[in-house]
Parts: sequence; C-alpha cells; structure tokens
Amino acid sequence: MTEPLNTFRDGPDEHGRFGIFGGRFVAETLMPLVLELKKAYTQAKSDPAFQAEFDTLLEHYVGRPSPLYFTGRLTAHFGGAKIYFKRDELNHTGAHKINNCIGQILLAKRMGKTRIIAETGAGQHGVATATVAALFDLPCTVYMGTKDIERQAPIVFRMKLLGAEVVPVTSGSNTLKDAMNEALRDWVTNVETTFYIIGTVAGPHPYPELVRDFQSVIGREARDQMMKAEGRLPDTLVACIGGGSNAMGLFHPFLDEDGVAMIGVEAAGLGIETGKHAASLTAGTPGVLHGNRTYLLQDDDGQILEAHSISAGLDYPGVGPEHAWLHDVKRVEYVSVTDQEALEAFQLCSRLEGIIPALEPSHALAHVAKIAPELGPEHIILMNMCGRGDKDIFIVADALGVKI
Amino acid sequence: MPSGRIERRFADLAREGRAGLVTYVMAGDPNPKAGFEIFARLPEAGADIVELGMPFTDPMADGPAIQVAGQRALKAGIKLREVLDMVRRFRARDDETPVVLMGYYNPIHHFGVEPFLDAARDAGVDGLIVVDLPPEEDAELCLPALAKGIRFIRLATPTTDEERLPSVLANAGGFIYYVSVTGITGAKRGAIEAIDKAVSNLKRKSGLPVAVGFGIKTPEDAAEIARVAEAAVVGSALVKVIAGALEADGRPRAGLVEEVVGFVRALAQGVRSARVPPSSAS
Repeated sequence: MTEPLNTFRDGPDEHGRFGIFGGRFVAETLMPLVLELKKAYTQAKSDPAFQAEFDTLLEHYVGRPSPLYFTGRLTAHFGGAKIYFKRDELNHTGAHKINNCIGQILLAKRMGKTRIIAETGAGQHGVATATVAALFDLPCTVYMGTKDIERQAPIVFRMKLLGAEVVPVTSGSNTLKDAMNEALRDWVTNVETTFYIIGTVAGPHPYPELVRDFQSVIGREARDQMMKAEGRLPDTLVACIGGGSNAMGLFHPFLDEDGVAMIGVEAAGLGIETGKHAASLTAGTPGVLHGNRTYLLQDDDGQILEAHSISAGLDYPGVGPEHAWLHDVKRVEYVSVTDQEALEAFQLCSRLEGIIPALEPSHALAHVAKIAPELGPEHIILMNMCGRGDKDIFIVADALGVKI
Repeated sequence: MPSGRIERRFADLAREGRAGLVTYVMAGDPNPKAGFEIFARLPEAGADIVELGMPFTDPMADGPAIQVAGQRALKAGIKLREVLDMVRRFRARDDETPVVLMGYYNPIHHFGVEPFLDAARDAGVDGLIVVDLPPEEDAELCLPALAKGIRFIRLATPTTDEERLPSVLANAGGFIYYVSVTGITGAKRGAIEAIDKAVSNLKRKSGLPVAVGFGIKTPEDAAEIARVAEAAVVGSALVKVIAGALEADGRPRAGLVEEVVGFVRALAQGVRSARVPPSSAS
C-alpha cells in the first residue's frame, strides 16, 4: 500500500533519490569528494554565517530581489490570463545562473578548494562561474563544446575577459553533454584541488539538491512579491527546462500549494516527430548519465542521442532528476515548444514589452502564448524570465535570414 | 561463492610464481571481424585475463584513446548484444581464460539488469567492471550480479581512504582493480613506491588479488607493476596500437591483428620476466 504524499518538498532521501531518480552514479575516484561535498553542504546550510554571506552577495552583487513585473501589453495581446514575469534576466551576468554560482563558490571556499571548473552550453553558466571565480580570485577553467563556441562566440570572449580559460571540447556531439563529460574527466584528475560548479539541477547527489536550494531564492521572492501585488498566489507557473535549474528554483517553494499548477517547457527543436529535439521528459526514457538516473534521450542500445535546440542552454539530452520525479508523480506538467515557436515568442516579447528574452525563456513564453488566450482575466500566470537575449541576437538574426 | 575461472586463474599464477597480464580491448574495435580476432587471440599472446569494453557514447572516466575506440565500435554497429555474442564465440574456443566486461551502466540499465545478467552468465562472462557504479549503488547491479555468480570487480583509487575502504571491499569479488592515479584511462602512471604500499594494504584488507591499471604503457612498465601486484592491466596502450594501424578512412591495415598480438606478447614477456620463480631461485 502506498501512502499519499503529504509533501513534495522533502526530497532527496539519504541516498540522493527522488523516487527512483537521482543517486550517485560516479567513478570511485569521485565518491569521497561527493560525500565530502554533501557533508560540507549540510554544515553550511545550518550555518547562519554562510546564509548571511550568500544573501549579502545576492543583494549587493547580483542585484536581488529581481522584480516581479506585470506584462500589460503581452496580457492585452493574448487577451486572457494576467501574465507576470519574474525578472531574473536583470541579474548581474544576465541570467539566473549566477544565484547558484554564488552559493557553490562559497562552498568551494569553505572546503578549501583552490581551483574552479565548470561546463557550459549557452555560456550563461560559464560566464556566471567565471564571474564568481574572478570575484573570489580562484583560477577557473570552463569546458564548452566547439559547436557552442561557434554559436556563442561573444560569450567566450566575455569568459576570457573575466580571466577564465575556455577549453573547446571536440568529443561526441561537441555540445553541453560532452562539455560535462570533459569537466568530469578534469575533476577525476584534479579531485584534490578542484571544485566542480555544476550549472544545473543534475549530476550526482548532492548537486541536484544544492543547486535547487540556491535557485529557490527565485520562487521564494516571487511568492512574497505576488502576495504584495495580487494578495494571493499565482494559478500557473511556467518555466523552460533544459537541465531545469530555473524551473526548479521557481517551482520548489510552491510545490505543496494545491492551487498552483506548474508547467515545464522543454525544447521540441525541429519537432518531436523529427527526432531533432531536446525534450527528454516528453520523448525520453529513464537511464543513467552524468551521475544520476533521470529521463534521457537514448537509442535502443542505451546510447545517448544528440539533442537539438536552437537554444544552446536547452540542448541537453537529460534533465534534472527531481523533474523526472515530479513528472512521474504528475505534480508538474511537462510540455514542449519548437524552435520556430520560440523564435516567434522572442520577437513578440521584444516588440511588445521592450524585453529581449534569451531563447531559453522564449520557450516558456511560447507556451504562455498557447494557454493565456484560453484562460480568463482572473487567472494569473507567473513565468520565469530567466535570461536576457543579448547573447542570442546572432543566432536569431541567422534564423531570420538577417545579416548583421 | 564457488571458485570460478578468475579464482582458478589467480591460483594458477600463484603456483607459477608470477604475476598475470590483464588486457583490455574495446569490443568490435576497429570492426566486428578484426575486433573479434584480436579478442580471441589475446590468450595465446599471453593475456591471462581479458577485459572486453562495452562501448558507450559518454565514457566520462576514459581518456581520448578509449573514447575514440568506443566511437569506432559504435560506428561499426556494436551493441551490447554483439558484445555478449563475442564472449559466447570466445568461450566456444577457450573455456579457461576469465572474461570481464567493462563499461558504463546505462546500456545495461537499458537492456534490463536481470536479462543482461542472464545473458552474460550464459555467454560465459566471469566478472563486471562498471565504472559509474560505486558501492553506494550496489543494489543496482552488484548484488544481482553476485546472486548469479558473476563477480563484481571493484575499483580502488588513491582517493579511497581507510574510512571508505570497507564499503568498497564489502561486495568485491574476483580481484581488486587498483587505479594507480586519480584520473582518466591513459593518464600518466603513479610512482611505484606509492603503488606498492597501496597494493599491500588492499591485499591485506580484501584477501583478494590486486591488479594495477591506468598508465601502463610498455613491457617495462608492466614488469615493474608485476613485481608488486598480482597482475598488470594494459588498456589504452593496446587500444592505441589498434588506432595506429588504421588507414585514414578507418579501415584496418593488413597485419593489424599481428601487430596487436605482437604487442601483447611483449607485454606478457615483461610480466613473466619480472619475478624469478621460486623453483629456479633455489
């Protein structure tokens, strides 16, 4: 007999599992460090000094709280639900990624690590990591697939300006998953000195938990801000999902609120039916990669498939294990939108709101565009505008056939 | 657990007073035909235990040599079923040499743990090394494998401290695979004094033979390891010989198999020359 869950917020268990998902599927070389990280994080969590330093940096360095913004023109345009944005694109470095990097570099410092590594896809996490490494004066190496380096050239230069070494990754599909493999290889080699700042709610336990906790500032703020603005909680939360850290950060503080529906939006790329997409929850199956069990894009032999998305940040064949669990227990609905739909939302938001969104949250907005017109004006949608689109203008110009 | 091929092989080696040579090749590298021929001829060249790699797209603990070997095998259409089939064909001609499958968990997970273990046992697999399954995840594959008489060979590394060692050794079987450096396969080897110390400690605490791998590239390296451990494992260096004998378009050059067999023979000589057998010493 299974008891109904009385909370969705107490995961992971002592084995790092959310239901069957998560875990610690790493090489023996990394295990002692993964256990040490868990210990250090548990201590840090209950240390008021750690929390105070985190909060201070978020306020004065990152610029939190990020505003909650009522999008009057988009709301009028869709003619249905009231649409709010949580403006995490206004953070220092231009995305939500910095929240997590601040938390992890404070942990690295506590653990006496002297070198930082990270993987990056869209480059937002790479920039955020290079930024905190500069701030804390630690050498930093960022692994990035050559395909992503090509499509995000300006961001590579930003990382270099911040003092990071950017290592091009040419193995496999030359994108985010391969950058993560390479970062893991570096980590396994330099385990004594090096802290690996993982950019999303994936990887071996305790990464999914700690990244979620650091990103949950988004949902906590949004909750208070919505109470002030509307005197009640929102009806629907919408966020894009690659690994899923911005969505997890927004959703987690609301998971036990019965009245709040949640929708995670994956990248359908050229269309689910084409096989060229990054929608692991919509079209994947459970498997084990990068330290955790989760939904993966894989073939009939358990080989990992290349993901495709116009958004480099969503171009990953897996998803955080907590999302996999929330999908299976049906607490969160997961949908997908195509490159084309995201491009349309990107342009619409730029013109109507004067906000150029990153391609990642353009996916979330494309789904809002689908549901908002069907809902009444009393329905409140809260969408996470998790990144700004400066980094994407070249890709968008290219997709629209514009030469700059 | 009743004595199996791995235990018998190490008992034989102890009687001969020498260390063993463990070789690793990726299944179906560079193509199914040449790959099988190499695999099947390893024992006659002097390999005492053979490890067969199960290719995976995302081998996160392997260096470039083995990554690329896996890509060659995948491109040649090698799936887990083909790997098991190779073991079956190997067993038809050699019922003595222990065969250990080495790789990552996801292809097994996708195949299904129970069907995989049944198929592996029926094919004649003696042990498994699954890089991304530490003791914390023993319920996944290690315990089901033990229940079917398949050894779960544990990796110990320089980061495995005394506190952790008991859990690493708890369900270990066959032998202990000591990874002599923190790093990926094909990396530089660790200092012999440190290896010697770690091996003695592992031997004492596990009661199992210890094989040392990572960074053993030459017959001389292998000999040096053979003086301090029960076996030396050679992987990347062997895979590189295969890579070096390919045309630009990836087709194997004539004589590829002979080249690999010759290299293994030299390694085996290195291992066999390392210790003076007690009979001739007296």
